[in-house]
Amino acid sequence: MSNIPEQLRYATSHEWIKIEDGIGTVGITDHAQSELSDVVYVDLPKVGAKVVAGTAVAVIESVKAASDIYSPVSGEIVEANPDLVKKPELVNQDPYAAAWLFRIKLSDAKELDALKDAAGYKAQIGE
Amino acid sequence: MDRRYIFKIMSDPATLKQTALFTAHQKLGARLVDFGGWHMPVQYAGILDEHKAVREAAGVFDISHMGEFYVSGAAALDFLNGLLTNDVARLAVGQGQYTLMLNEQGGVIDDLILYRLHEQEYFLVVNASKIDEDREWILKHLPAGLGFADKSDSTSAVAIQGPRAVEIVRAFLGAGWPEPKRNEITGYSWNCQPILAARTGYTGEDGVELFFGSEIADGFFTALLEAGRPLGLKPCALGARDTLRLEACLPLNGNDLSNKRTPLEAGLGFFVSLTKEAHFPGKDVLLKQKKEGLAEKLVAFRLKDKGPPPRPHYKVFQGVTEVGEVTSGAPSPTLGYGIGLAYVKAGCADPGTALELEIRGSRVPVEVVKKPFYKRAL
Repeated sequence: MSNIPEQLRYATSHEWIKIEDGIGTVGITDHAQSELSDVVYVDLPKVGAKVVAGTAVAVIESVKAASDIYSPVSGEIVEANPDLVKKPELVNQDPYAAAWLFRIKLSDAKELDALKDAAGYKAQIGE
Repeated sequence: MDRRYIFKIMSDPATLKQTALFTAHQKLGARLVDFGGWHMPVQYAGILDEHKAVREAAGVFDISHMGEFYVSGAAALDFLNGLLTNDVARLAVGQGQYTLMLNEQGGVIDDLILYRLHEQEYFLVVNASKIDEDREWILKHLPAGLGFADKSDSTSAVAIQGPRAVEIVRAFLGAGWPEPKRNEITGYSWNCQPILAARTGYTGEDGVELFFGSEIADGFFTALLEAGRPLGLKPCALGARDTLRLEACLPLNGNDLSNKRTPLEAGLGFFVSLTKEAHFPGKDVLLKQKKEGLAEKLVAFRLKDKGPPPRPHYKVFQGVTEVGEVTSGAPSPTLGYGIGLAYVKAGCADPGTALELEIRGSRVPVEVVKKPFYKRAL
């Protein structure tokens, strides 16, 4: 059983987002980090980049393969987590806190309605 | 390119082939994936853990998906010498050799290990994904009077690899086990069932590959794990097998070998006898290549700095010129940086040559290095 915090919203592509003052903090779920295992490299989006919901904006590389990470919402990237450059293994160790990937200024808060709540995501991954 | 690994569409599991150890893998908590049509474990505890176990103690891999053929008869030696690249006449009874089977253009159909079990009987261990193609090719060339048997379905196999592998196999089979030396194969028995034990592997470590009947596979594997665990044996899977073999620069058919690349281009000339009398498919092409020189070569390269791991199909550049393509790549668990194999123009193939990979639109500096990346201490 993986950890699925109640207060977050989830994309079917296994990202979580937390909203504070119109800024979303995005990471990948505990289930996703467990499936990827052994993260060795993280490629983050550039600050200032304008992204569209559902498009690939980051890449997480495990020993075995590179995996695209999709932005759950549209908007402008305002921050990328500098700690992950030196410590990519944080993604496995602390996916909901220390290993946040980027912060995004939402352009359309209504997009959040399309995301799942914890129960919906839990059902999706069959737990 | 679909880079979403955890979303990788798996074929309907019901259509995938399973080895006799499938249930054992499930019980051990393996993560199972579609591997060339086989439902195989990619990892148990984790690729890095398993990789380390093999380098420092020992790991056991299910290799039952691989193919096992037998060729027998008075003319078996001549037939195989006219089919495979290495010199079969150099094999004494009980010895094995790495060899390749080529098409008429000199491209690789498969790479395999050929063992001489008896004076007139040979045992071939071939890649899982090539079983059907290999069998068809052999049968197409097989002269009357020679016996051929494909026992891939009824044979299971495990590879025990690592510095403690031989010690573990002895603890499992008992002191009477006739230990094969490097590249040798010996027959023995377990619970009165015949088995074969070869001192071969695909990890760059010392190791033993055991072949046995699929009907005893579950009990055999469980007993081996029990005997080996106190000595550091861990179940290991295809993910670690790939990083281990890459560090040892052992080529993977389908990645580093293909029907469009010759063994000379792949740097496997040591396993090709161009001086033997027998004419094998592709020999003319190789003789011509040897005379005229190679246009491209398979080289080993490493990342110069910490950076994204190399992956197959990344393009290789020298300045603005594209000079090749990556065929295998991964972060090296032993070395701590990205490593890979790539076919590049012969002029860029010398160790020390500075090249660049294109990774997601950026250039990443790499350096051609001597093979292999990892060599075990003797």
